[in-house]
Amino acid sequence: MENWSLFSLCVLLGLTSRWAVSFHSYSGAGKPPMFGDYEAQRHWQEVTYNLPVHEWYFNTTNNDLNYWGLDYPPLTAYHSLVCAYVAKLLNPEWVELHASRGYESHSHKLFMRATVLFTDILIYIPAVLLYCFYFCDGFSKQKVATALCILLYPGLILIDYGHFQYNSVSLGLALWGILGLGLGWDLFGSLAFTLALNYKQMELYHSLPFFCYLLGKCIKQGLIGRGFFQLAKISLTVLVTFALCWMPFLSDPKQPLQVLHRLFPFGRGLFEDKVANTWCSLNVLIKIKTLLSRETQLFLSFALTLLFILPSSLKLLSKPNLWQFKLALVNSSLAFFLFSFQVHEKSILLAAFMLPLLVKDGLLLPYVVTSLAFLFLSLYLLSHLTRTNEPLFWYFPFLVISVATFVWLEPPAKFPDLFPVLVSILSFLHFLGFIIYFNLVQLMEPQRKKSQKKTN
Amino acid sequence: TVMAAPMTNDQSWFYALALGVSFLKCLLINAYHSTDFEVHRNWLALTHSLPVSQWYYEATSEWTLDYPPLFAWFEYGLSHIACFFDKEMLVVPNLNYASPATVLFQRLSVIVADVVFFYAVKECCKCLREDKGKDLLGKPSFILTGLLLWNFGLLIVDHIHFQYNGFLFGVLLLSIARHCQNRHFEGAFLFSVLLNLKHIYLYIAPAYGIYLLRCFCFTQSNAVLVTLGTIVLSTFAVSFGPFIGQLPQVLSRLFPFKRGLCHAYWAPNIWALYNIADKAFSILGVKFRLLDINKLPKASMTGGLVQEFQHSVLPSVSPLATLVCTLLSILPALFKIWHRPNGARGFLRCLVICALGSFMFGWHVHEKAILMAILPLSLLAVDSRKDAGIFLMLSVTGHYSLFPLLFTTQELPIKIFLMLLFTIFSLASLKTLFRKGGALLNPLEVTYLLGLIPLELICEFVYPLTVWQKTFPFLPLMLTSVYCALGVTYAFIRLYNSLLTCSDTTKKTKMQ
Repeated sequence: MENWSLFSLCVLLGLTSRWAVSFHSYSGAGKPPMFGDYEAQRHWQEVTYNLPVHEWYFNTTNNDLNYWGLDYPPLTAYHSLVCAYVAKLLNPEWVELHASRGYESHSHKLFMRATVLFTDILIYIPAVLLYCFYFCDGFSKQKVATALCILLYPGLILIDYGHFQYNSVSLGLALWGILGLGLGWDLFGSLAFTLALNYKQMELYHSLPFFCYLLGKCIKQGLIGRGFFQLAKISLTVLVTFALCWMPFLSDPKQPLQVLHRLFPFGRGLFEDKVANTWCSLNVLIKIKTLLSRETQLFLSFALTLLFILPSSLKLLSKPNLWQFKLALVNSSLAFFLFSFQVHEKSILLAAFMLPLLVKDGLLLPYVVTSLAFLFLSLYLLSHLTRTNEPLFWYFPFLVISVATFVWLEPPAKFPDLFPVLVSILSFLHFLGFIIYFNLVQLMEPQRKKSQKKTN
Repeated sequence: TVMAAPMTNDQSWFYALALGVSFLKCLLINAYHSTDFEVHRNWLALTHSLPVSQWYYEATSEWTLDYPPLFAWFEYGLSHIACFFDKEMLVVPNLNYASPATVLFQRLSVIVADVVFFYAVKECCKCLREDKGKDLLGKPSFILTGLLLWNFGLLIVDHIHFQYNGFLFGVLLLSIARHCQNRHFEGAFLFSVLLNLKHIYLYIAPAYGIYLLRCFCFTQSNAVLVTLGTIVLSTFAVSFGPFIGQLPQVLSRLFPFKRGLCHAYWAPNIWALYNIADKAFSILGVKFRLLDINKLPKASMTGGLVQEFQHSVLPSVSPLATLVCTLLSILPALFKIWHRPNGARGFLRCLVICALGSFMFGWHVHEKAILMAILPLSLLAVDSRKDAGIFLMLSVTGHYSLFPLLFTTQELPIKIFLMLLFTIFSLASLKTLFRKGGALLNPLEVTYLLGLIPLELICEFVYPLTVWQKTFPFLPLMLTSVYCALGVTYAFIRLYNSLLTCSDTTKKTKMQ
């Protein structure tokens, strides 16, 4: 079968699973007074449509920041504004100022789900297809298999189409950035990534590798001459993009400060809930949350994040090629996840560890189906297409199943949080293992096949 | 460069496809379901709560038992498992009861019953000619598995609309497979069981009858005929035995006097074209003053979703007339099989023609019945180029005609995605299979199929936004059924053509 038909089948399967998951419940469904992320997104449409720009991030009589105040960068706000215009056309009640709080209806749910699907088709899916087509090793069947696995990845589907978020936009834009860099279109790549950053500040997790790769590349081309010229072009692109995104907020110095205050709420503490990162796990042994002052916590998290991210970034700076870049991305996001401030469990987008959250949203069935399907599919394709049958592969489903069982069992009354905490610590240890492993791989570069020379 | 890894001779791809489609079905558990859901819940309740003597008399719900006894026993068996999910669904007066546990149980029962279908498909794959050394995606058995397991019609009718067709078609395909493997007694037994599960399969009983009589009985000893007769009769006896006292009641339930030549939504058959022609003539007649508008029957001018469509210009059609037309349409095929059997292939072709003929000319045909032609035709499609072309025409048109079954906005993306999925798969895989020898579809056929896209856009996107949506709400349905009727008729003619002109290839094929 021809490539285009195989790829379209993958896309259609991905789209079908996405829309089928969207039939199920969303976060905060039917749970007043706060509801959940779904209501937050609807509220942002209401705020951006009805209020002037300079009020979006401020606490006013019309805009109560305690009720899902905007805490993403301006591009999310503009996206909400566009959605709000469409919503107004379909049914003005959906974005009525104040009156539409907690609005829930079947048609509204369809509309919101449709907005996610639309941006997914526009941004994320084409990026995945191009990535698999151009940057996957192996013959065409392997590329198609990779595309299928990526498109059926349960974490993203469940969070975007179940819980309700727009991760596909920021991830898609970041992926376009990676594509751009891989194809040698540095300006396009920087533009795409800057847009991703302006959509969700979480993309900062990936920012250092982008910076180091581009800087390293420019240095290699010679800082006097072509390299400098290239660096200037990239910096200009980034600055102009930032300026364009933040333009409405640049009139008054208070504006950008307030936006930054909303984006990085250092007031909220080192962590919330059970997150599989260092601070939450450490807290079990030493109550650092209460022991250390907020400033010390900030400093500690900053220092450790830097510590874990520095080796990988420096290596990338010295050897700016695509393989290093990809590894640095992994290492950087792991470092940020493990050590930074106020990390959310959603940040890891790893389905297995989000089970409690998804059960709370009423998404148990799609969780089970998509996770099992993804596991079977990836294992089946892996074993058939790469002719490897390492026992290591079987470790992962075993892990996932044991994690899931932990969540189901009844904890003893004395330690009601025992199992979620155990899961957190177990996951944390795995991530710690990953970050050490991937750092070693990136820094020491064990003998790898020079089969693909798609580096520049 | 890395060489293409050779595929081992294992069958794991079959289980991968089966598992994959089962996962998809699980995701659709929460989708829209039609009144058929309540129908089956009611049958679970009445078989569980009432004694056998009451099954065909029970009428609390409007959805009375109108399938043959074996299906009632099937529901009875299911009801014992249903107890563990939600006992309330087994209470007859609980009309339209649809708790989450009920939905889960019923959906799961369809998904699990599909195991029969999986087994049957596996058996059918054994009947195919295998080409060694072809890569997996080009193997006829892989393509057939994809065409059957991931069939769009089955997916949306069974797992969204809600029915048990997968299970039933499994029995049918298994029976066909047994005939291909020359295990005729099993095949006949399975078909008798099928008839006692859902009597709509009477549509294809003539094909079975003629084929078995011709190939089997008169060529071999009388003992064979007697055995066959015993098998069939004893199946019917076991099924209808407990109801022998109430036979008239059972039969009246199975064959109700249905009003109307056509269903509320016209199945894309000859009568849809007949109705349209009648309407066109009446409009033209009024325009050219040949007819008096006051003399025309009221119903035909208001038109639309009424069950009773009264013809104004052309003669009315009675149930007997449709029976005669159906028999006339399938007689040539039966004759051909009688004269030149052509083995299992010929039998299969005759079966498809009987199914399609009954669909085309039958009384009050439901559009879901098109699946009875499409699914067996898949078996022929992976074996010959001509059949592949006919299959593509029939399947795309037939599947599109099922769209009005899912009329909710929420299911709209699903039906479009799945339709595209199946269409692209069937087109691409059959094209690869028969890449030598030119295109499978001629330009006219391609244009017709592409015409479905603007048709869908108009009917589901543009028309609802116009003023006519309120006054003539039935117009998109009418357009759909008439447009599809053209394609279905065309496929019927081509199938007949291929049957009547095919030479005796009994020596060449493995399917004997």
